Amino acid sequence: MAAAAARTARLRTALSEVTLLRHLVGAALGLLLVVLVLSAVDDFRRVQLAEMAYLGIAAGGLTVLTGLNGQLSLGHGALMAFGAYTTALLLPDRDGVPLVVVLLAAVAVTVVVGALVGVAAARLHGPYLAGATLALAVAVPGIALYFKETLGGEQGLRIIVPEAPTWADDATFFVTGQDLTPRGWIAFVAWLTLVVTYFLLANLSRSRVGRRWRAVRDDEVAAQLAGIDLARSRVSAFMVSAAAAGAAGAVLAIAVRLAAPSSFTLNLSLTLLAAVVLGGLGSLTGALTGAALLTFLPQVVTDLGREAGLDDIAAAELAPLVYGVVMVLVILLAPAGLFGTAHRAVVTRRTRRALAARAADGRASTGAPTDGSAGPTDSDPATRDSTTTTREGAQP
Amino acid sequence: MQQLLNTALGGLTLGAVYAAFALALVLIWRSTRVVNFAQAPMAMVTTFIALVVIDAGYSYWLGFAAALVSGLLLGALLERLVVRHVDGKAEINAVILTLGLFIVLHSLAAVVFGNEYRSFPAPFGIRGFEVGDRTIALTGFGVFTLVAVLVVMGLLVLLFRFTDLGLKMRASAFNAEVARLLGVQVGRMKTLGWALASLVGSLAGLLIAGGSLVHPGYMDSIVVYGFVAAVLGGLDSPAGAVVGGLVLGLSLSFVSGYVGSQLVALAALLILMLVLMLKPGGLFSSTTARRV
Repeated sequence: MAAAAARTARLRTALSEVTLLRHLVGAALGLLLVVLVLSAVDDFRRVQLAEMAYLGIAAGGLTVLTGLNGQLSLGHGALMAFGAYTTALLLPDRDGVPLVVVLLAAVAVTVVVGALVGVAAARLHGPYLAGATLALAVAVPGIALYFKETLGGEQGLRIIVPEAPTWADDATFFVTGQDLTPRGWIAFVAWLTLVVTYFLLANLSRSRVGRRWRAVRDDEVAAQLAGIDLARSRVSAFMVSAAAAGAAGAVLAIAVRLAAPSSFTLNLSLTLLAAVVLGGLGSLTGALTGAALLTFLPQVVTDLGREAGLDDIAAAELAPLVYGVVMVLVILLAPAGLFGTAHRAVVTRRTRRALAARAADGRASTGAPTDGSAGPTDSDPATRDSTTTTREGAQP
Repeated sequence: MQQLLNTALGGLTLGAVYAAFALALVLIWRSTRVVNFAQAPMAMVTTFIALVVIDAGYSYWLGFAAALVSGLLLGALLERLVVRHVDGKAEINAVILTLGLFIVLHSLAAVVFGNEYRSFPAPFGIRGFEVGDRTIALTGFGVFTLVAVLVVMGLLVLLFRFTDLGLKMRASAFNAEVARLLGVQVGRMKTLGWALASLVGSLAGLLIAGGSLVHPGYMDSIVVYGFVAAVLGGLDSPAGAVVGGLVLGLSLSFVSGYVGSQLVALAALLILMLVLMLKPGGLFSSTTARRV
């Protein structure tokens, strides 16, 4: 009995202290949840979930760039276009390249573009960076229109997604007892990409690289004094973020079976920004929450609008209105984002309770009030946890 | 030769509009140190207001005036109710806030005015003047555009140079604390700055809309060109914004005429990057170091 308790306690410490282990367990659980959910829902929901996945992947990349490194990019929609068009060029017919290779190629191309943009962006601040990336978002669709022969112009390029491999078919039947539909396969690929991306991003942001990004964000001069190369740190953040955008673009292209300029408008970039702001800058969970909101909110709001007597076109515009208003309110009232604010409230309450308990313990054992000395110390896991999370949550 | 002349004339007219829009951005930057990305949808909303007035049977000029007045009010309201509250926070907050306003105004207009293309009248001819037996690309409305922008720039220079009000606005933008100590009502000056900027932005919206189609998204790319023009001029000087706008209009017109209209935005991006890399303070900056 005692041995079992000790074992669970040891496991719990290992989980809270070994980041890689924690993230691996998280990723495995996430993947399990994905399989369960995807096998429980119908094809329509699977399409929606695939949409949520690519928004989530791109938002995850953007939240790392904006939340952890302090660079605002309005050009992530354009970066997604590079990933999508790479995918389209590699998948022109059924016996094309394997999907893994396609995804990696899309990521590689976008990283190169991201490095170019990042080198320029590393020298810019605040509104200048926003304006430059805004120009990128507006300029990139024009490239596809100009090179009509190779990139398909206004119509874009059609994509033929390779069929699910037999092992996936068999595994699906073995686990869920259903046949694997093409939409289910695409949704699975999308979510697998999301889990892998988030796992890598989470590890990276907890590592030395991530600490450097945060240091550059918080105080350039101090970071430079500590020996951090500002430009290199900024460019690396941009490249990592672009990689996520490239993967997102590839998933988008596979999910909608088309790479066309109309998918990569300024609106897409603004939507991504809305997702990370709503969820809370710098938090991957926040980015995923934001992506979920942006995927499922429109339908609800549109239905409400239609019931209120608006015509279809006007009702379809209600969703951006709602998330725009929420975005403004979040910036004004809760800059940590919806998820970040809720998370912080929980952590604050937990910390307060832990402190109160400790103060009570102290009084009981020494018989003297120890309130003055029982402040947060570094060795207290509860307070340490809360300070790190608040520091992250308190971004921008 | 004729194509060259026509491209140049078209570029000049277009440049005047970019200049007006850049002026609006510069005004807000001067008064609150915010680049107002919501300027484009603000101008779009006021243009739609003008269209509603005109469609109701009133004259073009009544619609024109209605747009300018509503622009003035909209700018003041947004500054007072929304933007004021991010004053003193991280600069990224202000940028995100104006982008949020961008989304809100955009979809609000689509809900209220409809998400479709509607034609907007022009008060002057939109056919080119005839010189000899040739038609050149300068229209009556184009001349009006140029004159309107130059007049507005002149009025702004008069305001900032020669009136007490302009001096107070400059003082509160330059150093809010000291201005406040000297009795300037800084908050009011900022509201006024936004109101004026929004008025100039509305003018830009009307000038672009004249004789063509309007749509909730018709100003979206203009915010990019206006920003590039403003950065060309240094983001701080009204005269620079006008020159920047004209230079940009000419360059983009040549790109559009000789390379391909699809690459216009890309050309604007390249110009922006060149300016920011080589002369981050704008074309007319002295050599003082400045962080961008």
